[in-house]
Amino acid sequence: MQPQFVTQYASGVAPCFQVGERVRVRKAAPPGHIRTPFYIRGHAGTIERLCGSFPNPEELAQMRDGLPAQPLYRVRFRQKDVWPDYRGSDADVVEIEIFQHWLEKA
Amino acid sequence: MKDNGTYKPLTYFQLMEVSLRELLVEKGVITEAQIEEAVQDMRRRTPERGASVVARAWVDPQFKQRLLADGPGACESLGIDVPKLRLVVVENTPGVHNAIVCTLCSCYPRMLLGIPPDWYKSRNYRSRMVREPRSVLAEFGLNIPEEVQIRVHDSTADMRYMVLPMRPPGTEGWSEERLASIVTRNAMIGVAVPAA
Repeated sequence: MQPQFVTQYASGVAPCFQVGERVRVRKAAPPGHIRTPFYIRGHAGTIERLCGSFPNPEELAQMRDGLPAQPLYRVRFRQKDVWPDYRGSDADVVEIEIFQHWLEKA
Repeated sequence: MKDNGTYKPLTYFQLMEVSLRELLVEKGVITEAQIEEAVQDMRRRTPERGASVVARAWVDPQFKQRLLADGPGACESLGIDVPKLRLVVVENTPGVHNAIVCTLCSCYPRMLLGIPPDWYKSRNYRSRMVREPRSVLAEFGLNIPEEVQIRVHDSTADMRYMVLPMRPPGTEGWSEERLASIVTRNAMIGVAVPAA
């Protein structure tokens, strides 16, 4: 059975990445309330699943409605890609939720 | 609050809380009774809820499949209401160990595990768990062999996570209730494993 989530919000933004696809997190530093951690910006990973669509937290933080809802993905990164001096197995990963507007094709 | 002679001045945040609460009550936005009910409700949520979900998954393979595919639906089928909680349950296996962190703040599956422990919200755990998980787990007394993959889940947005630990050997034939008794909060965060 594949993980499934109900999309709670009518999304005006169609998901454009597939499970297994390589993506890169945008390397940007806009002001405001951002849910994309600094440490992962600029790094490439693989789409693990689409979680559904959710109001954009950057807009919600400005007291706006956050619509159209943005597709949210779980992206898997190799720890050794993220931290060059990582101590542990080559197989170790970190998985992070990232909104589509922060992702681009790798 | 009853004055028992141990008066200490309020901290900044305590003062903010009292001021805001009293204003909301004075202006009729909410009542004292509603606040009390919300606090009681928060206290009723304890890690025993999560433990009962884990124990059911250990004894019922179909439930486990559902839990991994649709966490909220599976919890609701046990009578545990998880409104607005997009729960992702991640399964430990002989080859994979999962652990949960929120590097941005302190997102935590409160509906299943209750109030998070202070260390979960500490800068130390939040910054190091994602950077050097094997060292952090070792500090919790958990040495994960090199051949086991570690998956750290950073709850950065709308999902909340719970680890489904492996059922330990020596628990064959145990009742669900007895199984639930060995499932600790830390095991469901992924910084411990249950032992028989």
